[in-house]
Amino acid sequence: MTTPQRPLPEASPETQEYWDGMKRHELRIQKCNDCGKGYFYPRPFCPAEGCHSQNVEWFTASGKGTLLSYVIPHRGHPAFETPYVIAVIELNEGGKMMTNLDLGGAEATPDNLPVDAPMEIGYEDVSEEITLPIWHLA
Amino acid sequence: MPDTRNLSHKVAIVGAAETDTVGKLPTHSTLQLHAESAFNALADCGLTIDDVDGLATAGVSPAALAEYLGIIPRYVDGTSVGGCSFLIHVSHAVAAIAAGYADVILVTHGESGRSRVGVGGGSAGRATPGGQFEAPFGVAGPPTMFSVPVAQHMKKYGTTEEQLAAVSVATRQWAEKNTRAMMRDPITINDVLESRIIAWPLHLLNCCLVTDGGGALVLVSEERAKDFPKKPVYVLGRGEAIAHTNISQMLDFTEWTSASRHTGPEAFKMAGLDHSAIDHAEFYDAFSHLPIYALESLGFVKPGEGGPWFAEMNSAPGGKFPINTNGGGLSYTHTGMYGMFAILESVRQLRGEAEAQVDGVETSLVHAPGGMFSATSTLILGNQ
Repeated sequence: MTTPQRPLPEASPETQEYWDGMKRHELRIQKCNDCGKGYFYPRPFCPAEGCHSQNVEWFTASGKGTLLSYVIPHRGHPAFETPYVIAVIELNEGGKMMTNLDLGGAEATPDNLPVDAPMEIGYEDVSEEITLPIWHLA
Repeated sequence: MPDTRNLSHKVAIVGAAETDTVGKLPTHSTLQLHAESAFNALADCGLTIDDVDGLATAGVSPAALAEYLGIIPRYVDGTSVGGCSFLIHVSHAVAAIAAGYADVILVTHGESGRSRVGVGGGSAGRATPGGQFEAPFGVAGPPTMFSVPVAQHMKKYGTTEEQLAAVSVATRQWAEKNTRAMMRDPITINDVLESRIIAWPLHLLNCCLVTDGGGALVLVSEERAKDFPKKPVYVLGRGEAIAHTNISQMLDFTEWTSASRHTGPEAFKMAGLDHSAIDHAEFYDAFSHLPIYALESLGFVKPGEGGPWFAEMNSAPGGKFPINTNGGGLSYTHTGMYGMFAILESVRQLRGEAEAQVDGVETSLVHAPGGMFSATSTLILGNQ
């Protein structure tokens, strides 16, 4: 039996800047210079309906957002100790990002995780190449 | 919105059947489940496999199935976007038969979801959007993905775990009446809430079954439909749409946007019907929040009213709008891409041959997702 491994990402050409930023503990995302909105995940055009401009640029985001929604798996991926939290953060600058949460030792229960709560990003160096975001309550 | 009213009532389902049994079928490969369903549906309408000149399927390659069946169809639809694929096949078959691309279209489903016999493999690569931005956070199949939006629905509208449980309870009441259903023992709201937690807010009894089985449909033109042994089931309206694939990218966590924007309005417009004309519905219920999202986003109730509506047992036997009368994916069967079974129950209700038959069903609406609210299709079927 092999120990189950956490699935790790592999950067693609249009996301390399994001992963390079993660390594430096910086949240590098893109925004549209025409509609003004930030978005996530990275791609070389604005995905907003009615815009789709290619006039986009990278910037360093604040690392702040809100807790849009989440689930608390009690049966989940074998590499994860249950219960854990899979959340989606709405970034203050725009865009939605999936993440796990750093509960700071608190129990993973709905009472401890108010939907729409303000959140802040943290960083988890999971390998020499890869750093993943891990958000916590602000 | 396109005006497709000229295609309403032009094509009918004349053959419809499932595998001999559904549930645990370790004796059947995936392709065998397709074939058994196909032969049963053809026998149901008195045709043979050699009468088929159009083939539509999902989950397996249509070419693999054509080879297995030994046919060379002149129309192919391999749309494979999850559980609603078969609704989309019916939708495409309407246009294809009207255009003369095919005369007799066979739509098949077969899935060894439980026994995993002859199942293809493969998962998304590490460099795909899902591999980079979802897989690293421990998503582990539909219970940890399809469930992600629900907490926001609960926050915004006050939807409760008890209301989610009510969907499971109402659906089980239908399954109690269906001898083919896998789970038939009565359950209560408390039973659901006290069942093992899988991924909050979902408990075990909020989650669908995992089974083996298959189903198939045979479609022909309105003109030919009158010559078949059973009452034709006409396709009155249809809609399809596709959005995200990763759940984090769903446009609005409280609304099934593809349904509210496209599939519902198009299906109703094509059928020339309003909501009050629908006698029965099948809402794909992989998890008990799906029928709530479907009811709201198709406009049967206002946003946020779905939870209380189900809690009033309106969908249960004796309720004002019967939904998932076969027992649904929650209690009847769920092979993986359940949409075929939803269509088949609507056909049975419209033919008057369902085990839990509702009196006087003339119209039935079928609605299903593919993936995690990713693809969507709606059909309105009728027997008049």
